[in-house]
Amino acid sequence: MEALCEFQVLSPTSLAGVLEARTAHPQAQLLGGGTDLVVNIRRGIVAPAVLIDMTGVAELRAIRADAQGLEIGASVRLAEVAQHPGVVAHYPVVAEAAASIAGPTHRNMGTVGGNLCLDTRCIFYNQSQWWRSANNHCLKTTGEICHVAPKSRGVCFATFSGDLAPALMTLDAEVDIQHAAGKRTLPLRDLYIGHARHDGSGQGDGKHYLALQPGEFIAAVRVTSTPGLRSGYDKIRIRRSIEYPVAGVAVALRRVGDTLAHLRVAVTGTNPRPVLLEGTEALCGGALDARVFKGLDELVRDQIMSMKTTFTPGHYRRRVAGVLARRLVQRLFAG
Amino acid sequence: MAKHHIAAVVNGDPVEFLCEPGDTLLDVLRDALGLTGTKEGCSTGDCGACSVTVDGRLVCACLMLGVEAAGTSIGTIEGMANGEELHPLQRKFLEHAALQCGICTPGFLVAAKSLLERSPDPTETEVRYWLAGNLCRCTGYDKIVRAVLDAAAEMRGA
Ligand SMILES: Cc1cc2nc3c(=O)[nH]c(=O)nc-3n(C[C@H](O)[C@H](O)[C@H](O)COP(=O)(O)OP(=O)(O)OC[C@H]3O[C@@H](n4cnc5c(N)ncnc54)[C@H](O)[C@@H]3O)c2cc1C
Ligand code: SF4
Ligand code: FES
Ligand code: FES
Repeated sequence: MEALCEFQVLSPTSLAGVLEARTAHPQAQLLGGGTDLVVNIRRGIVAPAVLIDMTGVAELRAIRADAQGLEIGASVRLAEVAQHPGVVAHYPVVAEAAASIAGPTHRNMGTVGGNLCLDTRCIFYNQSQWWRSANNHCLKTTGEICHVAPKSRGVCFATFSGDLAPALMTLDAEVDIQHAAGKRTLPLRDLYIGHARHDGSGQGDGKHYLALQPGEFIAAVRVTSTPGLRSGYDKIRIRRSIEYPVAGVAVALRRVGDTLAHLRVAVTGTNPRPVLLEGTEALCGGALDARVFKGLDELVRDQIMSMKTTFTPGHYRRRVAGVLARRLVQRLFAG
Repeated sequence: MAKHHIAAVVNGDPVEFLCEPGDTLLDVLRDALGLTGTKEGCSTGDCGACSVTVDGRLVCACLMLGVEAAGTSIGTIEGMANGEELHPLQRKFLEHAALQCGICTPGFLVAAKSLLERSPDPTETEVRYWLAGNLCRCTGYDKIVRAVLDAAAEMRGA
């Protein structure tokens, strides 16, 4: 096995300590549970000189979940989210998504911040140094071209595959972003820019898929009360018990009598960012009938753009997303 | 790089060790502390051969840094038997022939013990899902699952 690169580890225990460490080491990379980052370091994909371990930061380890709202600190572990009685009772989509991530060890280690900021994935990227050098490094690392879309002219299409983001997006979550000078709050869906540019002016490179500026990090994610919402998460994976999503779908809806009164659908594992489907409001206001399902299929078809970044073909992942969305909407509407 | 001086508890005994920032907990256990029961399969979180507990939580020792172990209490396969007396899970693995080459076995045992501590009467599905992060190239898993269910029954006094 390749050795890990040489780095320094800082272990602050307070938010002030993190900010101090970040100011002293602007290029430092944050370490949550390390279940993705340590793997990427092992594979020589990244080689940070300084790691700041976030898991001991007291202010980031709190979780509050009740009928009034949900607030989860960035360093809370996934297993805690999945089992928290308040999350299970009031925000089932979040508990189900957390419970579906990786295996028990990874959920015991992995954090909410790490899952929300999970690096995008691709068969040409999540490979050993040896494999990648034998196959010509692609542009997400040191190469010139994208092997998935060779004509992409400098754009990476690696897939965002975190499970928590779509779940929280259907509840209109917002994230607290911390930096040395203070804090800003952003709708979670705007954290993910995929291959847009940071300032929104057209095409970026897809390598910077988050709206975080240098020095910024996630402190917490928050949902305000969602009374009467029914929500759930489901994903298809190659091994049903442990695996990144081939496609993962979160749905939150409200039923009033026989009317679909509110619908939010978000998809992961398909695009360079998790996608909160636009246009679901237009499907509301009537019964759950063929019109809704046809409309939902169309939204998935138009907004889910899977490239060949995994072993499963892109068109298959898009179909899986559509089927999961339909099933979840049916299940939740029925109660 | 400057080495870190770390104090922790391993299988109930206080230990101190020096480690490089880039040493994983797995490196520390095997190389610094000589506890080679914990195995390295993949080093990338995929196989579970390195499963240990840290403050009661089951983790992959290959994904955790040695420096993160400061002040924690670690449980490894070496702490499972009581002297010469095997843990019921170890005995049932032997009875059911739930191992062949054996490299995955310490990881399976540590993971299974952690399951039975939180869920003494698991269903077969629960066992299979809990052990999903542990790979075995030899047995085909069935005997492992039987052994865990049988050990659980015995430990409940059934
Ligand atoms: C076998 C296996 C299966 C897996 N299956 C899944 C799966 O099904 N679904 C899934 O979603 N994931 C899966 N993962 C990936 C991973 O375990 C999880 O996504 C986990 O939640 C990552 O969290 P972490 O704390 O370990 O992140 P880390 O690895 O510590 O960090 C990930 C990234 O986030 C950054 N980061 C960490 N904290 C912050 C913060 N507060 N602010 C800003 N950036 C931050 C890090 O710098 C790094 O770039 C799997 C991993 C393995 C090894
Ligand atoms: S999408 Fe292209 S550039 Fe991005 S990781 Fe895959 S091959 Fe590399
Ligand atoms: S060696 Fe740690 S999971 Fe394989
Ligand atoms: S017994 Fe050989 S890998 Fe499990």
